[in-house]
Amino acid sequence: MSAVDALVEHIADGAFIALPPDYSLPAMDAVRALIRRRVSKLRLLGVPVLGLSADLLIGAGCVAEVHSSAVSLGEAGLAPRFSEAAEHGEIKVVDYTCPAVHTALQATEKGVPFMPLRGVIGSDLTRGRSDWQIAQNPFAGGKDPILLVSALVPDIALFHARWGDEAGNVWVGRRRELATIAHAARNTYVTVEELRPGDMLEDELLAPGVISSTYVSGIARAERGAWPLGVADVYGIDDAHLAAYAAAAKTREGFRRYLDEFVWQGTKSSLPA
Amino acid sequence: MAGNEELLACVIARLIADARHVAVGAASPIPATACELLRAKGRPIRVTRLHQRKGNPFTEGSGELFDLAGQGRIDYFFLGGAQIDGDANINLVRAEGRRFPGSFGSAFMYFACRTILFREEHSRRVLVPKVEFISAPGWSPPEVERRGGPVALLTGKALFRWQKDKRRFLLESVHPGHAVDEVRDITGFQFDEERVDETAATAAQDLALLRGPVAARIAPDYPDFARRVWGIN
Repeated sequence: MSAVDALVEHIADGAFIALPPDYSLPAMDAVRALIRRRVSKLRLLGVPVLGLSADLLIGAGCVAEVHSSAVSLGEAGLAPRFSEAAEHGEIKVVDYTCPAVHTALQATEKGVPFMPLRGVIGSDLTRGRSDWQIAQNPFAGGKDPILLVSALVPDIALFHARWGDEAGNVWVGRRRELATIAHAARNTYVTVEELRPGDMLEDELLAPGVISSTYVSGIARAERGAWPLGVADVYGIDDAHLAAYAAAAKTREGFRRYLDEFVWQGTKSSLPA
Repeated sequence: MAGNEELLACVIARLIADARHVAVGAASPIPATACELLRAKGRPIRVTRLHQRKGNPFTEGSGELFDLAGQGRIDYFFLGGAQIDGDANINLVRAEGRRFPGSFGSAFMYFACRTILFREEHSRRVLVPKVEFISAPGWSPPEVERRGGPVALLTGKALFRWQKDKRRFLLESVHPGHAVDEVRDITGFQFDEERVDETAATAAQDLALLRGPVAARIAPDYPDFARRVWGIN
């Protein structure tokens, strides 16, 4: 069993799992390992949106619910497996707006039950949900309705990082939304491009980009672990692969062939980093 | 002759001419082009490209955009929609049985920033009497704090101004090659008309800037667009 396969053993069926967008260090090797493990009934939380990782998991039948501000392949277009599953009622979709996801996780990070957020009032996103409420600002002189967003506690945070170290810290650089997810989740699992000796918190230049081992439950090495997405300054986004996926996944048959080649057989791009 | 993308970029540049800080997303090459045109003309405008691959301005993750906007540090933003209605409501979620990606940050950004609604497709399918789902409302009652909201709706065929007091669009101009009758026919919502002009053609000076320094600055983050419009590889 590979280190990544062992890492995803910690992710149970039915887990509420927070994932980053395609541009913010998605743990694609771990997602592929989850599909090979035939995980089921996952409840995905997009922080704040989702892309290829969600489309793969949905298409492979691993997902019961999607909580996200959007699911899209960016320049490559709509996420075909998400769209079809949503249109056919095969998954439950809870629509958010991006800052409401950040706010809900920040509330958990601070250990408070909810946080207010401006805007959103009058959007159909607020309809019929018990986790958002419109309340009166208690400090305003006159009427001032404001949205209260209740705290979200993911069971799992799963993402990729540039480095992990001997002390169990991970370095995500400027992708600080990953720190918020790690602070809010009960358990955080991270795949890392490279392992390095020592403790990155002792390096003043690296420390601001570090998520401390306090928040990290497990690390596994995964070289090119974000592929076909990118890791800044290591390898870029494989746009051609994403476009090919978007075309293949338009049909169930095309998606199945994609899974065979890139998930079950585990083919990775031979393109230079 | 200028392409339609160049014309639309020039219209947007006029709409946001007073901006100090504009944010543009990955799906917004034409608004990004408008911003670069203003910069090429010497306007000291800050342009934040949300998905800039090299040298991205954010160091606090993607949530930083909403903090900036929430404080009023971003003047203009751009939103589209699978559907847009005559009340300037936008729908990014579902229409006619089809599921779309989702609302993204619209339900917040539409409140925080002066917003240009931009959708190239001008049809009754997109411009509808009433959206099926309100991702973000075009109007809020006076007790709801709202700094931003709709300024204009620009399509591939026409420009509408939003009249906040009347809560209705006003057809301001129709792009060269299109007629008012045609616009009336392909617009699913009611709107006002007074004197409808033809959208000003792209000036030769602007065209030279677009095809020179602007194109070079757009190509790194919007490679497909730059290839299609200017043949830059």
